[in-house]
Formats: sequence, C-alpha cells, structure tokens
Amino acid sequence: MTVRMRGWLAAVGMAMLAAGCSSTAVEEGTASVEERGVATGAIPTPVGGGAPREALLREIADPKHPAHARSIYFDYDRYEIKPEYQNLVVAHARLMSKYPTVRVLIQGNADERGSREYNLALGQKRAETVKQALVALGVAAERIEAVSLGEEKPVCFERSEHCYAQNRRADILYEGEF
Amino acid sequence: MRQRWFQWLVALVGLGWTAVAAAQLVVEVTGATSRALPVAVPLLVGEEQLPQPLTEVVRQDLEKSGLFRLVEVGGMRLPEDLVPDYGALAGRGADAVVAGSVQGAPGGEWEVRVRLFDVVRRLDLGGKVFRFSGGQTRATAHRIADLVYETLTGMPGFFTSRLAYVVKNGNRYELRVSDWDGSAAQSALISSEPIISPAWSPDGRRLAYVSFEKKKPVVYVHELATGTRRVVADFRGSNSAPAWSPDGGRLAVTLTQDGISQIYVIELGLNRAFRVSRSGSIDTEPVFSPDGNWLYFTSDRGGSPQIYRMAATGGEAQRVTFEGGYNASADVARDGRGLTYLTRVDGRFRVVYHDLTTGARQILTDSERDESPSFAPNGRMIVYATEIGGRGVLAAVSVDGRVRLRLSTTGGDVREPAWGPIPQ
Repeated sequence: MTVRMRGWLAAVGMAMLAAGCSSTAVEEGTASVEERGVATGAIPTPVGGGAPREALLREIADPKHPAHARSIYFDYDRYEIKPEYQNLVVAHARLMSKYPTVRVLIQGNADERGSREYNLALGQKRAETVKQALVALGVAAERIEAVSLGEEKPVCFERSEHCYAQNRRADILYEGEF
Repeated sequence: MRQRWFQWLVALVGLGWTAVAAAQLVVEVTGATSRALPVAVPLLVGEEQLPQPLTEVVRQDLEKSGLFRLVEVGGMRLPEDLVPDYGALAGRGADAVVAGSVQGAPGGEWEVRVRLFDVVRRLDLGGKVFRFSGGQTRATAHRIADLVYETLTGMPGFFTSRLAYVVKNGNRYELRVSDWDGSAAQSALISSEPIISPAWSPDGRRLAYVSFEKKKPVVYVHELATGTRRVVADFRGSNSAPAWSPDGGRLAVTLTQDGISQIYVIELGLNRAFRVSRSGSIDTEPVFSPDGNWLYFTSDRGGSPQIYRMAATGGEAQRVTFEGGYNASADVARDGRGLTYLTRVDGRFRVVYHDLTTGARQILTDSERDESPSFAPNGRMIVYATEIGGRGVLAAVSVDGRVRLRLSTTGGDVREPAWGPIPQ
C-alpha cells in the first residue's frame, strides 16, 4: 500500500511538472504535492509516469498471483472464452480496477492454417472478446485497445495440434510491455 | 514471449530502391500444356549494338509462360522486311517465327522492328516498331514478348507486369518488387516486423500493404519510384487488407474501430474512411470488381468463412461460394469473369478458379497449404504462395490448370504474392 501511495504521488508530481508547475512545488516534496492534488480535487493523470504500471508489473511478476498468467487460449476457428479461463479474466479485471490509470493492450493471435487476413480477423475477434469480458467486469473500454497479430507472431513453431493450440490465444499486456 | 514485446526493434531500412543481388526468384515450368506452341525467336539483326541483351529476355518470357516451346535456330538472323524461308523453319519444327532488327535512332535511342510470321499457314501476322533508350532494353523485350503472346494466343500478355511479394528470413521481412518472373528484384521495404497483404495500385506505381512495425497492423501506401510512404489507416484496433478501387482513388480496408473486423472504404483524396459493411460477423479481405461497383469479401456471417459480394457503397450482401467449409482470400480477374480464392479440402488449403459466368468451380492445385492467390493482369494465370520442402515458395498456375510454374528462390520463405497491372 505504501509503495502504491508513493508511486501515486510521484505520478502526480510528474503530471504537475509536465503541466508546467513551478520548480518549488516539486522541491517541496511529496507531502505538499499531495495537498495540492487533493485541494484541486483533480484526478491525477500520470504523464509517462512509470510508478503505477511498475507496481502493477511487480505485483503480477509473482507466479502465485492470480493474474500472473496473461494468455487465454481458444479452440480452432472459435473465439468464445472457455470456462477454464473465466477466473483469469476476473483476476485481470480486479488488477485493472486496482490500477485504474494503467493502459491495457490485448493482442489476439491465430494458428497458421489458412488465410493470413482471415486469421488476422480471427485474432481480432479473440482480442475483442476478451476486451468485452473485461468491460463487462467494469473496466473502462477506453483503457483497452484490442489488436490482432493474426498468425504472424507464433510462440510455438511445430506443425502439431499442440503448437496450434498455443498459438490460438489472446495475451493481456500492460503499459510498459508494449 | 512477452519479453519480446519489450524488445521490439523496428529497423526500417531502404525505403527507396535497393537492388537485390542474390536470392532472386527463378521460374521453372513444372507442368506445361501439351499444346505448347513451337516458336523460333532468332537474334535480332544488329542486336550486338544494344547495351543489354534483348532477344534472350523475349525467349525466356515466352518459355516461362508455359505456353510456348522455343525452337533451336542456332545463329540464324531474320530481318523483319524479308519473307522468311517457311520450309526451313517448318523443317526445324517451328509453327511461328519472330523476325526483327535493331538500329540506332536520333537522341541516342534505339529502334527495334519486329514482325511475326505463321510458318504453317505462311502468313505475315503483322509487326510493330519500338523506340527506346538503352535503360529500357529489358522493358522493351517484355513488350515484344507481349506482342508475340497476344498475336499467337489472342489474349493480352503479362510480361511487362511486375510481382510484389514478401521474403521472410528469420525475423527479417522484406517487401520486394520484381519482373513478372521474379527477375530484376528490388527491395521496397525491410522490417524486423511482419509485412503482409501487398496490393498494387491500378497504375502500378504504388503499393498498399500492412506493416506491423507499430506493434499492430497499420496500412501504408508506398510510392515505388521515390520510396516515400504514408500511413493511410492507423485507427484504434487493427488495420488491414487493403484493396484499390479501379480508378485508384479509393482503398477498401478492414478496420476494427467498432470492435469486430468490418470493411471500410477510404477516399484517398479526403483521407476519410466510410464504413461499408455492417454485420456482427467478421468481414474482411475486400477486393473491388473491375467496374468498381462491387466488393467481393470474406465473411463468417454464415458460420464459416465464405466469399460474399456487396455494392461498393454498402448494403445487402449476396453469398458467392457454397461448396466447402472454408473459402477465403478472393481475387477478381480484371475482366471480371473469374474469381480465385482459397478453399479447404480435407484440412488442406488449395487454389480455386471460379468462373463467374458459368458458376463452374475448379480446384487447380493439390498442395497442402496454398495462400494468397492473385490473378495475372490478363486473368489467365494465378500466382499463389505455397510450401515445398517446408519452405514458402511462389507458384503459378493457368486458370485451366494446364500450365504450372514454380518461382523458386535460394533463401527465406517467400509469401504474399501480388501480381501487378500492365504499367501505364
């Protein structure tokens, strides 16, 4: 919590710096920055401020964190989120509400079979499905961009159902990772 | 894997022309029609004066088309203004002969006169004069080959057209433009991120394509002569599948700014995108009909990817393909009479020719994983990407399935072919 708070304040400071605040405001330290932030009632917007996103990434770097996994896998030519990935989607929705300023990129992917452009559309549909599931859980749609990499960025290169299954996926990426 | 997104380094080099010294495509005729026409193409009278060989290019064009067989004529020369020795040519097995000569013209230019003769019927089939500068020798040879092709087959030739394709070597993606047969290849773009879906402008001067250099698919238009390019579609989400209108003024693309992949038309002059497809399903891979009034495209609105057609301004779509559970990547012949697309047969992806006037549909290939079929400008040949020995190569097939060519190269995976127009 304290780590988060410090990150938050640093972000406010950077936002003010970016907005052209006097140098004294910055030199006064975090406490006075906090006062000013509260006094104006403004929601601080981190301008390239790394703190919340770094905190987020640190948090989910823990393999035991429920949002540690980022990939949701799909069946061939399908784009529904399977029941076994619903908990992962919820975990990421919680993480996103905990860090409301961090932007999210969802990259959809497809296995290599068939048309490249159709696979691009299929990857897009998968990314969009994940985005809509997150929006349904209260995440602001504006924070999330759903894009597709089609069949162009496989993680597994063999010609086997095992590999194809790994390539049919959507990855959730956080600001700083894209 | 995720680490890689961090380290994305986009190295865009050589936006202008870079000649590709090695690893050119080589055309090999893998299946020729039994009716290949035997034709004699002697060296031009005075050919030695030219800075580059001309007759050899004409011979290669004709031979690589799969429709002609070259008759050996040794050192014979045949001026266009004399009647050839029909008996001697018939004795060598020639059905036709290309006679010609070259001489210097004012301004340091050259003039080639050629004339075709039907050896069997002993007929003068007509001739033509070509005036050109030394640097246009190769282009002139292609035009002469077109004249021979058109005179002897009754169909327009395609030897002056060019090919665009992508070569992948590890994480290096290169967009190349070459002569129709892969020779004289030049590099238009090199990137460490994928490049897909090149599409020729109708005047053959620009390519639209999709590049992933911004970590997502974005559509660019690239001016080949200058190497300058601009972003034409970089909207929220994915931007892909560019297709030119026949007048070159509009670009159909697939955008996802409203969620799912839908087709839009960008007015290039206005820089504005208008949504034309309105379905809750995937709509992508648009291609204009030659009159500009229709768009053929792939949609999964019926539960599986199939080819549909709608007015280029939008509206109701009609389904075009009904056979098979997967039909995608359509291209329309420039005479509007035929479609080519990818179809799935027992898990294998093959190229189909679909005659729009009769509705007849023929599967032209028997390979495992064909992709991206694209018509030659005369609509008689189709180039496509396929795989041989685990490597991506380009191949071409005639719409009747009789002529088969393989365009092989020595390195990398070759893919995403687009057969360009006859230059204007």
